Amino acid sequence: MSGLTILIPIALLLGLAGLVAFLWSLSTGQYDDLDGAAVRILIDEPAPEEPADAR
Amino acid sequence: MNVISRIALPLEHSELSVPGIRCASCIARIERELAPLPGIHAARVNFTSKRVLVDHESSVTPEALRSALARIGFDAEAIAAHAPTEARRETQRLLRAVAVAGFAAMNIMLLSVSIWSGATGATRAMFHWLSALIAMPTVVYAGQTFFLSAWRAMRHGRTNMDVPISIGVTLATALSLFETITNGPHAYFDGAVMLLFFLLIGRFLDSAMRDRARSGVEALLRQTAPGGTILLPGGGTAWRKAGEIEPGTRLIVAAGERLAADGLVEDGTSSLDLSLITGESRPEPVSVGSRAVAGTLNLDAPLTLCVTAAGENTTIAEIARMMEAAGQSRSRYVRIADRAARFYAPAVHTLAALSFAGWMIAGAGWHQSLLIAVAVLIITCPCALGLAVPAAQVVAAGSLMRRGILVKDGSALERLAEVDCMRFDKTGTLTLGRPQPIDALLLDPNEAPAALALARASKHPIARALAQALETAGVRAAPTQDLREIPGMGVCGTIGGVPARLGRPSWLDNPATPDPAMVTGFRLGDAPMRLLRFDDPLRPDAACAIGQLRQISSDLAILSGDRDEAVAPVACRLALPAAAALTPGEKLTEIEALRAAGRHVLMVGDGLNDGPALAAGHVSIAPASASDVGQTAADLVFVGDSLMPVPIAIRAARRTLAIVRQNFALAIGYNLLAVPLAMFGLVTPLLAAVAMSTSSLLVVGNALRLRNCAR
Repeated sequence: MSGLTILIPIALLLGLAGLVAFLWSLSTGQYDDLDGAAVRILIDEPAPEEPADAR
Repeated sequence: MNVISRIALPLEHSELSVPGIRCASCIARIERELAPLPGIHAARVNFTSKRVLVDHESSVTPEALRSALARIGFDAEAIAAHAPTEARRETQRLLRAVAVAGFAAMNIMLLSVSIWSGATGATRAMFHWLSALIAMPTVVYAGQTFFLSAWRAMRHGRTNMDVPISIGVTLATALSLFETITNGPHAYFDGAVMLLFFLLIGRFLDSAMRDRARSGVEALLRQTAPGGTILLPGGGTAWRKAGEIEPGTRLIVAAGERLAADGLVEDGTSSLDLSLITGESRPEPVSVGSRAVAGTLNLDAPLTLCVTAAGENTTIAEIARMMEAAGQSRSRYVRIADRAARFYAPAVHTLAALSFAGWMIAGAGWHQSLLIAVAVLIITCPCALGLAVPAAQVVAAGSLMRRGILVKDGSALERLAEVDCMRFDKTGTLTLGRPQPIDALLLDPNEAPAALALARASKHPIARALAQALETAGVRAAPTQDLREIPGMGVCGTIGGVPARLGRPSWLDNPATPDPAMVTGFRLGDAPMRLLRFDDPLRPDAACAIGQLRQISSDLAILSGDRDEAVAPVACRLALPAAAALTPGEKLTEIEALRAAGRHVLMVGDGLNDGPALAAGHVSIAPASASDVGQTAADLVFVGDSLMPVPIAIRAARRTLAIVRQNFALAIGYNLLAVPLAMFGLVTPLLAAVAMSTSSLLVVGNALRLRNCAR
């Protein structure tokens, strides 16, 4: 019984954290451009100025 | 709109449609090039919708953004900025409700399982209280959709699916709370929340499908230019939004720009791409005195217009209003699930009331009787019904999607299954809607690369068709110098030291020859002129598809806005009766006459001119090559050159309806079994939870049989 008083709040809090994270990601528009997120990872950092000049 | 509130300067928000975004480097390029420009605060590419969203100061015009994008090689078109639509917000709200209900259902189930496995005394009381604390806010939050819809229906003296759901969930929660307070053994929190969870999934699937369908009119207004450049009385020019242009002002339209208002041509000769309005692929030549309407694309040369109507009074806005009015008749359609609920709800409530009365008479006490009545309500709650229809429709839609047919609305499949007559547009629907060379192109091997180089330089539909045909044939463009487009005439350049010209036959050869439609000439140096003829051919398997459709319905016809001479050959080859030269309003009248006669019309069309007819039809289909308006007004959109998707979709819709009926039969059969148990007081919360899950699994499993329905 004493174990339950700790474990149940922990379980509920973890679940709640997941729920809040989902609602947050939904409201900040993170699902608006799913295909874009997949290709954005391929974008290179802009090349530094000097090597660009050397080329 | 957080960005706007954070920054003191009044920022404007523009959206540009950029169909050329294809890869990560396009995104990087656009964002990197736009961001440092003066007056621009942020630029963000949405890859999924192929759009660029720009936050900028009001000094930056959409026209300036368009030319900035053109400089880095992207064709862009400004579209009127819009707030997220009501429908999209509804879907997001449902998704949030699904998340909350899912979280609650899982946690309550966890607690309930330990109760069922024998927790008693203080542990059971604590678990009941915890469940109550999770369930009560969840029911209030996630149940809103059902409560509101049930309340609306009741107020109008109707009943729908949501009435028994709301009554069942509310009574079950209230009674469970009472049990918890009085330390009783039976709480139905898990049942109530699980029911909400399952039903919300069904609702969400349905709403996500419908999302795109509702914004038909909005997309139409996006097609008009957001504004244009006007000549000020003093002689200067200024950029005005479409709504701010007054009749009587002079509007300057550059080549490649869309007209922002209706007007009469005052100066200039050009041709206009009217495909948005009339559906005709042939560009229409205009000169001084011609009428031009908003939303058409100026192809060749700059024009000066005297504005006759702007904003809400333009032809395109008129069509938008017609579509809105036409779409209302469809919103009166009653979904099959709601039709079933008309019989289902009264039956369920009578049963619950009967069992309550019966047990009271038998002397069980009001607490016991109420508990049994609630068990009846929970067990009969139309979980299977609520899930059966959307599940079948989503599986069928998924199968159709693999065949390149997009279903935008669950009810579209229901309506499609009822179709008993069909009307087709011609251009772009029965035909491909783009010019194609009639015979093999009569060009010498040394001429073809030169022709391709010139054709690529123009945006004219015929030049584009020529470029595409040559590219498919494997021709490589020759290097050219002095490439120039002469407005209204054609393109010229120097290739290997020899002058080459592509354009009107009268410009190339003899000014006296008349220019037939869909013909272009090509001349390299002093060689004789080559006449290249183009045509808008039938879709490759149109005849076969029409043959299959004849087996479904015998009442097929063409409704076209095109000229009689253009319609007749198509009608003849497909052996269909045809009406030609119809305005959008006349098409709408035709469809409404059929509707008034009690027919269920399928409208297949693509152009803006079909918009009202598509919205008025019992159900409508558009090809993906259609204008935005056609696509949004239609219930189904199909990809590709084939017309076969139309018969395939109708057959799939009929199979879906059959499966939905089977699911109803399953749900009724299950109730015949479970209701007597509940009425005799043999149903515990555990049994209710098991029964609910199995019946849901059963209907979803049956719906999965549709996954190959589009063959």
